[in-house]
Amino acid sequence: MIYDASNQAIILFLAFVGFTLGLSFWLGRKARSSEGYFAAHGQIPWFVNGIAFAGDYLSAASFLGICGMIAVSGYDGFLYSIGFLAGWIVALFVVAEPMKRLGKFTFADALDAKFNSKGIKLAAGISTLVVSVFYLIPQMVGAGVLVEPLLGLPHWVGVLMVGTVVIMIVVTAGMVSTTWVQFLKGSLLVLFSAILTWMILERGFSIKPAGDNQRIFQTLGPMASSAKSDIEILEAAVGGKLIAAEGGWVDQPYVRFDHGEGNESVWRIDPAPDSDQILLRECQWVTKRDGREYINGKPKGTGEGEAVLDAVGRVSKLPDGKTETGPLGLMKFFSVLQNSEVILWRKTDMAETDGGKTAVYYPKPTPGREVLRPGENPKFAGIRGESLTGKLNFLSLMLALFCGTASLPHILIRYYTVKDESSARKSTIVGIASIGFFYVLTLYLGLGAMTSGAMDVTDSNMAAPLLAKSMSTWLFGAISAIAFTTVLGTVSGLILASAGAVTHDLLSSFLGWQMTDTEKVRVAKISSVVVGGIAIVLGVLFKGMNVGYLVGWAFSVAASANLPALIMILFWNRTTRQGVIAAVIVGMASSLGWILLSADTFKDVYRIAGHPGYVPFSQPGIVTIPLGFLVLVLVSLMTGTKASTGVQASASFDSSSSG
Amino acid sequence: MESKNARLGLQLFCVYLVLYGGFVLLNAFAPQTMELTPLPGINLAILYGFGLIVAALLLALLYGVLCKGEDVPAGAKVVAGDSASAAQSSIEQEDAT
Repeated sequence: MIYDASNQAIILFLAFVGFTLGLSFWLGRKARSSEGYFAAHGQIPWFVNGIAFAGDYLSAASFLGICGMIAVSGYDGFLYSIGFLAGWIVALFVVAEPMKRLGKFTFADALDAKFNSKGIKLAAGISTLVVSVFYLIPQMVGAGVLVEPLLGLPHWVGVLMVGTVVIMIVVTAGMVSTTWVQFLKGSLLVLFSAILTWMILERGFSIKPAGDNQRIFQTLGPMASSAKSDIEILEAAVGGKLIAAEGGWVDQPYVRFDHGEGNESVWRIDPAPDSDQILLRECQWVTKRDGREYINGKPKGTGEGEAVLDAVGRVSKLPDGKTETGPLGLMKFFSVLQNSEVILWRKTDMAETDGGKTAVYYPKPTPGREVLRPGENPKFAGIRGESLTGKLNFLSLMLALFCGTASLPHILIRYYTVKDESSARKSTIVGIASIGFFYVLTLYLGLGAMTSGAMDVTDSNMAAPLLAKSMSTWLFGAISAIAFTTVLGTVSGLILASAGAVTHDLLSSFLGWQMTDTEKVRVAKISSVVVGGIAIVLGVLFKGMNVGYLVGWAFSVAASANLPALIMILFWNRTTRQGVIAAVIVGMASSLGWILLSADTFKDVYRIAGHPGYVPFSQPGIVTIPLGFLVLVLVSLMTGTKASTGVQASASFDSSSSG
Repeated sequence: MESKNARLGLQLFCVYLVLYGGFVLLNAFAPQTMELTPLPGINLAILYGFGLIVAALLLALLYGVLCKGEDVPAGAKVVAGDSASAAQSSIEQEDAT
């Protein structure tokens, strides 16, 4: 049994969220002008802004997605941590100070500072909207995931709750309270992650399951490999009646048994290590048929004749035959795991003859040294293969993560909440310190979750909260509440960035609406509601994908659309207005198109199994980021004047269209 | 002062680019090297990964220390100015460099 709603957890959760909301309203009552609404009057202290960077950036993807990916497949999730942090180097060393110097409210301001062109405002405004909405999807999915086990509500209710609460925060408050919510959440997230890590190290590893009543899945054998097809030997070993394979079960390494009274069991036939014999490993399976879910052959539920999945995840062998290690040091943790064996769970999908779909989850004992190396997750397995596309896919992702941070509109607007360039720099350094510290912890949290005995085989996103649950119920409530505020904080930042783009870039600058300060704030609030509504719908549609993976895509779009223009404006003075517009539009359209046509999207979003997609690999960055630069340079060369620098030419050329 | 900070930023950026690029390329084209254990029981994947995070922090701190005392002179500072004057001052600065 993995989930049982507990009152302590719910009380703590509601108290926490209530406090955050109260704080937000209290702080927001002062924000009336648009300067205050969008940029907190530029008066946020740099240290607070730095921690708020962490609050903004450490989204559901970092906390739920990365921990989950590490818990399921080991080191690979940590590659995201490394890439997400590396992106801050670009932000600090290249982008931070010019951004602060050139802009006022939005990312488009900075792009447009030299040109004052409506076209740039339009392109940058649209790209801000697209990137923010893309980034909103995983946050909303994460929110639904959290509420499901904690409050026992369906996924879509969670998405709706977050959407509503965030719209309330943004509408009533604006940047001042959003910043303080992020500061609060950033500090608590780092603090509680540190506490959890300390508890993991204190607990050490044990080959006994951590939970009191955790089920141990049996392994039978070894037996002669001929037993595979010998019904009598199999039935004698398992103690049930063999069910003949049909539909998708044919030619799979699984055998199904009927134990009478509706009880069934499924076993995976695995080769025994170092011999030609076989082992039978006990599995769990989920069947979906006619909109109903069946667990291990029974209807899902906790009543009589019903079943739920069992929590999994433990160390099966420790070095030197020990049964437990006791408290471990920071490095000892890895060296012990390196020489241990962990039981990971993998999945096989098959179709039933009656139209149902079954997912069989089977245990896969894995040596620690394989858990701690890159390339175990199917999405990263390409680096261990021979084909170049697998390696390119990996390079492409790591490039997008590196370039993406400095192109995220909701991160960039945070440079307008401090008073000068020096504060922008200092707050970035504080941000890097707290974010880096957190990312070091993700490896401990993920591996701790992997061996906690509390994992849910069907949802990697729940690893961190379930790890906390294996420690104590209160901690589970606290971590869930923090994760929920994590989502709130990031989502409110994203919605604010979108609202700013709509108000300043699209309506005010491009369409030339004349608005008073109060009207601007009102328009921004209406846009917040609309963007929030879109986010809610998408959050429901994308249920079930790893949120870390989804964020990787948002980074690709951000880096492809925004980075070429941002960098070239800063470092190449022949950049022209047309070049910037072309680069933003081509980068955005190509990366978005690439993602929508990739094999991963066909499999996970459109749910068409086995479709190869129309592009060679799933991550667009390695193609579309250079493409953005290329387009910018070509268009600039074609449109620039020869006599003087492009900057001066365009600035004077465009000054008439200032708005 | 602006160009000095910018140049320092670019130099440190290049240092990190080499470190990060090395990690990514090793992972892509020689993933088996990540399984080596330079310290007993600790593989290169973990050491290099932690190293990258620590390096990011150290470079950021170094940048912060070296830029210190070079706060923006009054003339170049644009606080809530309109974008036209922001553009103007940045153009002037670029011409000066």
